[in-house]
Amino acid sequence: MPTSPATTSARAESPVAAPAAATASGFAYAAAPEATDHIRLRDRYPLFIGGGFEPPAAGVHHPTLNPATEEPLAEVAEADAADVDRAVRAARRAFSSWSRLPGARRARYLFRLARLVQERSRELAVVESLDGGKPIREARDVDIPLAAQHLFYHAGWADKLPLAFAGARARPLGVCAQVIPWNFPLLMLAWKVAPALATGNTVVLKPAETTPLTAMLFAEICQQAELPGGVVNILTGGPPAGRALVRHPDIDKVAFTGSTAVGKEIQRTLAGRGTRLTLELGGKAAHVVFDDAPLDQAVEGVVTGIYFNQGHVCCAGSRLLLQESIAEPFLRRLRARVGRLRVGNPLDKNTDVGAINSREQLERIQALVDSGVAQGAQLFQPACELPTRGYWFRPSLFTEVAPAHRIAREEIFGPVLAVMTFRTPAEAVERANNTRYGLSAGVWTTTGQRILWMAQRMRAGVVWANTYNRFDPAAPFGGFRESGFGREGGPQGLAAYVALR
Amino acid sequence: MTAPTVAKTPKLYIQGAFCRSESDRVYPVGRVNVPRASRKDVRDAVRAARSALPGWSSRTAYNRGQVLYRVAEMLEARRREFVRVGGGGRAAGREVDACVDVLVYYAGCADKLSQLGGSVNQVAGPYFTFTVPEPVGVVALVAPERPPLLPLLTHMAAALCGGNTVVALVAETAPLAGLLAAELLATGDVPAGAAAVLSGLRSELLAPLGSHRDVDALDPVGCTPEQRAELERRAADGVTRVLPSPSTPVPGHHLALASLELKTIWHPVGV
Repeated sequence: MPTSPATTSARAESPVAAPAAATASGFAYAAAPEATDHIRLRDRYPLFIGGGFEPPAAGVHHPTLNPATEEPLAEVAEADAADVDRAVRAARRAFSSWSRLPGARRARYLFRLARLVQERSRELAVVESLDGGKPIREARDVDIPLAAQHLFYHAGWADKLPLAFAGARARPLGVCAQVIPWNFPLLMLAWKVAPALATGNTVVLKPAETTPLTAMLFAEICQQAELPGGVVNILTGGPPAGRALVRHPDIDKVAFTGSTAVGKEIQRTLAGRGTRLTLELGGKAAHVVFDDAPLDQAVEGVVTGIYFNQGHVCCAGSRLLLQESIAEPFLRRLRARVGRLRVGNPLDKNTDVGAINSREQLERIQALVDSGVAQGAQLFQPACELPTRGYWFRPSLFTEVAPAHRIAREEIFGPVLAVMTFRTPAEAVERANNTRYGLSAGVWTTTGQRILWMAQRMRAGVVWANTYNRFDPAAPFGGFRESGFGREGGPQGLAAYVALR
Repeated sequence: MTAPTVAKTPKLYIQGAFCRSESDRVYPVGRVNVPRASRKDVRDAVRAARSALPGWSSRTAYNRGQVLYRVAEMLEARRREFVRVGGGGRAAGREVDACVDVLVYYAGCADKLSQLGGSVNQVAGPYFTFTVPEPVGVVALVAPERPPLLPLLTHMAAALCGGNTVVALVAETAPLAGLLAAELLATGDVPAGAAAVLSGLRSELLAPLGSHRDVDALDPVGCTPEQRAELERRAADGVTRVLPSPSTPVPGHHLALASLELKTIWHPVGV
């Protein structure tokens, strides 16, 4: 069982209000659960290789749990090196014809995939929520629509590639190994598969160990779309399967989204192999609020920035930098707002903060929060009640954080905000850039020239000004420094999947 | 009896100064003693490149273009000398002419990069969203053994035009043209530190270049596969970018874009 947050709140400030059913704010909400009667999960999902479902060579399966209940949802196959080899060979066979297909034909298939994802969007949203613990509202309104849009957007590029690479000839790379994380399972799949297919590559994709189900539904969708066999292959499994995949000698490209530690391991593994690589890794984004910002909007932005998807977001605004003169009033509003967040059943349409994705992740968050308390930062957590089963963590914020604290330096990947202050714009820039990461940054101010001044100076691949956590397939996304390299989205994202001559 | 000639001592170019290796070591290339840069020379050059970065990257692209054009002027003016150092034949002449062309190309490229590599993004919502290229930072460049000048100047100019600073390791067996090219940078108004030129042994210099955490990108265009593998292994510790070295040269502005980061900026539209 997760440690009760109360045990670590020895120094916690008093909660905003008395606990109520689902929030600490005193409001009671009638449950509004999403229907699940239309969901038909198989008991066991094999691997998707060469256009068909095939059992894993070693016959090993593992259950995937609902993190909100700890109940198993289904069993998925555990791919090993032999399965990886079969999938890579299937992708290699498919490459010769897929890459020679006219772009407009490839586009047809991608458009079909986009449409099928839209048609099955509610089913996908519910399964995403069940398997990963994210609130149904986010799966329904963000993950699945964006995944469909990503497929649709890239479909339109397939027959326009010469326009994206003026002055050069773009050729597909070959077989792409793609390893994706558990925070946005289907969306990350779409970010990987759509540009690869549009540019004429074939893929072997490994979804995350704890969130394989929507990828297996996508495998069904590939069949429904009559996508030629082997163009998309999906292998479920844990880190050994991912390792076997990126080490396979016959892959031409690796695209990985996940932790910086694993990204470095992959970069090292591929050294000297001539395999192209893009990495989308961790972050520790600064979210800067100036004294002329619209405070209520900024509070909402900060809440979206860190508590969206339980903070399981690589670009989460996990370091809040407040201009000193507004720190107190801002924090008052922020604490009150955090106290009104509804934590609980992810399938309830009222829910703001769902379940932590896995026990392992919960323990990691707890350990880092413990370090924050131990290092002397001041922890605030609302006193909302948490369900007794499942993996949960209260939305948390730390004040009195020093830049050297672990909670100010390390990616927590949970609903934990570290608050610091600054006096001048120059100090804000210096503090914002005081990190080895560089994925994203946020700035709130009504002064137009200051927005552009800050955006120029903050070393991050995405800068959100007076907004946060916005995504679109037309807007390139990716990091500076140890947040990785390469972009996803836009014509720039296509460059990761072609060789130029 | 004619007077003995006054020979030029080949030197490294670090922080805008021509210097011997701090180690005082040399290695012979023909009859010439060439500085054998040390690990510490690499560190000094990278530190200077890091310090020069804010100034060089914040100049206007127009200004950077003019500086590169000035470097081309310097080369054109000293064409004969460079042809002689390059071996004196027709091929050497063609190489120097190609270098002038390339410098002029990138001089004219500097102020087009955000239009060639950036975009205004049509997102599905009420946001103004645009993407601009920015310098990745300090680029460490390993030039090929031959030809000794053209790839060195091509990759250096491509990186400089986007606002990066460069630490270049010249050909080990034919370092003289590369070392001489440092004089073009010095007289071409490239600010001190923004470009360093080192000669020495790859067997000892690839390691500090690849492992230096203040190097943001490695351009191993002149590496053998084994040397490239070593750089890539070392690069992984800091997620340092390693530019791809395709079998055919990357054309024109795409090479300049390869050493740039992209930044996407969002702002809501509303009243």
